[in-house]
Amino acid sequence: MTYMHIGKDFTPPDVEGKVTGAARYAEDFKKDGMVFARLLGSPIPAGRVVSIDASAALAIPGVLGIFTADDLPPAPPPSNPALAKEWVTYIGQPILAVAAESDHLAEEALSKIVVEYQRRPFVVDPLDTLTEGGPDPYPNGNTLIRNAGEAAAGTTASGTDVGRVKWSIDQVAAFRAGREPVGAQFGDEWSYGDVAARFAECSTVIEEPFVTIGQPHHSLESRTGMAYWENGKCYFHGSLQSHTVGHDALSAMLEIDPANLVFINENTGGGFGSKIFPYPMMAVTGRFARKLNRPVQLRITRAEEFYIGSARSGMQGWIKIGLKDDGRVGAVDVAIVNDAGSGGGGSASSSAEHISIMFQPEAMRFRGLAMYTNTTPRGAQRGPGQNEMAAVLAPMIDKAANLAGVDRVAMRRLNAPRMDGKIGARQGGISSSYMPEAIDKAAQMFNWDQKRSLPREISATKVRGIGVGQGFHTAGSNGYDGLIRIAPDGTIYLHTGVGNLGTYSYAGVVRAAAEALQCDWDNCVVVHGHGDLNLPHSTYQGGSNTMFTETRSSHVAALDVIQKLKEIAAAEFGGAADDYSIGGERVFRTSDSSKGMSYGEAAQKAIAMGGKYSGMEYPDDIHRTTVRSVQAMQGTGLIGVAKDTLPRSGAVPGMAIAFCEIELDKETGKFDIVDYTAVAECGTVVHPKGLRQAMNGGGIWGFGMAGFERHVYDPQNGLPANVGLYQSKPPTYLDVPVHMNTAGNDMPDPQSPVGARGIGEPAQGCAVAALMSAIADALDGHLFNRTPVTADMIINHVAQNGFNTGNLKTNTF
Amino acid sequence: MSSHDNMPEMSLYQPVQVEDAIGIATELAGRGWLVGGGQDTYGWLKDRAKTADALIDLKGIESMRGIKETADGIEIGALVTLTEITRDPIIKERYSLLAQAAGRVASPQIRNVGTLAGNVSQDVRCWYYRRGLNCYRAGGNLCYADTPEGMNREHAIFNASRCVAVTPSDTGPALVALEAQMVIQNASGQRVVPAEDFFIGPNLDIRHTTILRPGDILTAVRIPAKWANATFYFEKVADRNAWDFALVSISAAMRVNNGVIEDSRIMVGAVQATPRRLTSVEQAIRGKPRNESTANSLGNLASSDANPLNYNHFKMPLMDNLVKRAVRGQA
Repeated sequence: MTYMHIGKDFTPPDVEGKVTGAARYAEDFKKDGMVFARLLGSPIPAGRVVSIDASAALAIPGVLGIFTADDLPPAPPPSNPALAKEWVTYIGQPILAVAAESDHLAEEALSKIVVEYQRRPFVVDPLDTLTEGGPDPYPNGNTLIRNAGEAAAGTTASGTDVGRVKWSIDQVAAFRAGREPVGAQFGDEWSYGDVAARFAECSTVIEEPFVTIGQPHHSLESRTGMAYWENGKCYFHGSLQSHTVGHDALSAMLEIDPANLVFINENTGGGFGSKIFPYPMMAVTGRFARKLNRPVQLRITRAEEFYIGSARSGMQGWIKIGLKDDGRVGAVDVAIVNDAGSGGGGSASSSAEHISIMFQPEAMRFRGLAMYTNTTPRGAQRGPGQNEMAAVLAPMIDKAANLAGVDRVAMRRLNAPRMDGKIGARQGGISSSYMPEAIDKAAQMFNWDQKRSLPREISATKVRGIGVGQGFHTAGSNGYDGLIRIAPDGTIYLHTGVGNLGTYSYAGVVRAAAEALQCDWDNCVVVHGHGDLNLPHSTYQGGSNTMFTETRSSHVAALDVIQKLKEIAAAEFGGAADDYSIGGERVFRTSDSSKGMSYGEAAQKAIAMGGKYSGMEYPDDIHRTTVRSVQAMQGTGLIGVAKDTLPRSGAVPGMAIAFCEIELDKETGKFDIVDYTAVAECGTVVHPKGLRQAMNGGGIWGFGMAGFERHVYDPQNGLPANVGLYQSKPPTYLDVPVHMNTAGNDMPDPQSPVGARGIGEPAQGCAVAALMSAIADALDGHLFNRTPVTADMIINHVAQNGFNTGNLKTNTF
Repeated sequence: MSSHDNMPEMSLYQPVQVEDAIGIATELAGRGWLVGGGQDTYGWLKDRAKTADALIDLKGIESMRGIKETADGIEIGALVTLTEITRDPIIKERYSLLAQAAGRVASPQIRNVGTLAGNVSQDVRCWYYRRGLNCYRAGGNLCYADTPEGMNREHAIFNASRCVAVTPSDTGPALVALEAQMVIQNASGQRVVPAEDFFIGPNLDIRHTTILRPGDILTAVRIPAKWANATFYFEKVADRNAWDFALVSISAAMRVNNGVIEDSRIMVGAVQATPRRLTSVEQAIRGKPRNESTANSLGNLASSDANPLNYNHFKMPLMDNLVKRAVRGQA
């Protein structure tokens, strides 16, 4: 299909500001009378706050007050309160905030506050707390339990609580050693098909343990916020991935009518899953400002961003994979223990979901359990569950394919989802899949057939490794609103409540509206980022969700505009709306183009006609956020507004396939990535440069996950080692290839009006998988069964130093 | 635990003469803090893991800048940045070992402001120590890294003495290999100390990594002509290829005549608290051809005395491998 805008590069409006430094982030905003708030965090990993004495701090001239958990509504267990009420469960957990006239004074005040703690035993390894007799990270347990029945009966405050699960010493020992923990209790289980029967049909069966570390988000922009109140309204400069979808939640945190909140967030310096929705600390910023009746900036330092910015959940697991004679995956059995940190969650079911769609096993069983530890809270991070599974699974799949005598790529193509692909426990359908075609395209770009036969030995010390891996994440939803205004001067304002999390998708998605309106992009203005700019209720920016979901809502808003343009023209020139067409930013009679008017003239008519044309009336099914925005724009132009009610069924799969060639130095354990090729199976490519950026950025983070990034906790004192960026070791420009070959499969998804699906998360998953596969290939198929695989592990392996991959531990690299 | 990131209130002195700086440093003694590029200063102070009453900013002292030829080699001002070292034509031509080592320090941004004096004087990077724990080096009576559960992947495999931290300097081993001389001034005058004696381990003084004491200022580094235009080998293995400290590094200077190693100085970094000189290797290769056979004949000679901790056994084969690469002359 030939498009006017879709599939064409453009310059998103925020690019210049980001290049020049003019772009402003939450911490850049100041307000007259603004005061500075800072956090006091727990120095111990587990214990009870016995007393707080802030008298010396409050006696310092210029120190304005403190803010504690007593100033916040209670948080139901086990959710993380913004400030600890009684129990502290990780080092760095905020206890209170103090505000002062200057940042220096606030820091000085922190040093004067005396907090008395009562220590408790702590635990940083999920398997340690899982072991019978092991310490519990919370006073009342080590895992989330659901007690919906009791909640319904009014005996508990919520449907969840902290409970306790323990395994026997033998079960934990078996699991640590890479064996199935027979008879162990899990918290989450699902299966489909006859797993035992399908395994019996398999000629190749492997069993492997695996470990992945958690990784801190370390968003470059920390979650500093600034809030002030004027005339009962809260103006909040914050840092979220999403925008309007978080409006009601933030209003609830502040206990105000959503109409009295103005959230401002034009640019966001990274979130990666940790800023999808408003986070607890935002309640402190807004409420502290109200308490002091002063603008308050709660500044979050780099170290604090580590503590409260959450991390990916590490996992420790066991998997059994069976292949039939022809290379088809007959059955999979997987058991995963996640590290949920303090009050966070695991992603084990999503890990299993990755297997279910990428390899379409005939039968599968999943068992999962998320254990709390006294480490930083865990939460969603780019492809949560799917990407860490992609990482450890790729070399195992290679092993199985090699044992079965099937080419590794051919095996993946054979098992890849097709249009009738199924996913997850319920084996539900998907919107579309052209994964076999994507694999073919990438294999051709990479020249797999030629490279797989290259000699592995390059020199006496260097060996070649060739790898392949896949990434997946559900990538789309529906039901959100689109909003467009055509001003009397003809300018087309494309309103979006999509957050600007750095991917340019906020601008990419409204191109679908420009496409439908057949208008010049230079005549369009993307309206976003400020609650006073009348934004619609848009989807959250997480889960690779934006491109599919918001091209749909942009499209339906444009259809509403077009219909109104035609009705206005029919009212002016006679006939029915269907007698009119659009083109060249005009609406005109199809049979006589002289009878028509420009979009600007139509907007003037819309104002005169009123009613639905100028936003005086609006659909009943749009969200109240959108209603407020429409009401604010009433009578200012032609208003197009609609909720996405387009048909949709099944999961929307974002997928990617990557190939990697490395040269590995056996003497140093270091490797160079000499070729990286990846193809996104994301439907129609909306913004080629945006896709390239997503694939490159995801790829680099995937390399980091495979070989560099670390998450270390000292088991002696619960202290984290990598609170800073240089300690966390994301890859640098010298650790990644200068050139990365990426492309889109560019085959339309039938459930998107422009054919688009999302791709953010699979871009990382395919890269980490391909690199892990290449490392194993370079070392004659050796499985490390973990990420990351670092130079020391490779050296130990080559030197036969006895590095034990079966001893499952997380938080130790 | 409060997370600070503002500089604490403190005095700032900005002398423009070495003598003035010495006077201030002497008067302030332990309450003063010398700062050049500041790359090992601001973290300590902002984190409140170390404190001082006053900063003595040396950057205004012109006499501590510049690289000049001397009768017996070159003299490098203490404030010369690492980037300047990598670009200096004389160093690149005659002492490329130092240029290579300086070029692998941290990142371009840090090299642009970080000085040679700062790189050799920087404190250890043990993460426990840097977090402000009261370990031996910080004046306490405990080492958190040298325990059965300590996270000690980056720590020492040689010469631990209560503290198991390693030297983080990339240029330090190169300077020792080049038999550099460290020019130190204080209120009593000037003294010149061999680089090999400049670095000290915890067995001598657990609170310091060099012989510098309050009132001392490292004003210059002299490199004699002895190893000018020698055969050099430098390699640093780190987790990342930029903005990282060495897991192990090697700095080797060799005199090779007709393919035969007549003399050598081989130093290894990041395996103990000071640059480690491999005299046994130097002796073993003296008079031998510089080739694969000689390299392989070394076996694990370099690491044979190592005492690894729980997580750093890998440093032994890595060190042996780097020595072999230096001896055979290629990666």
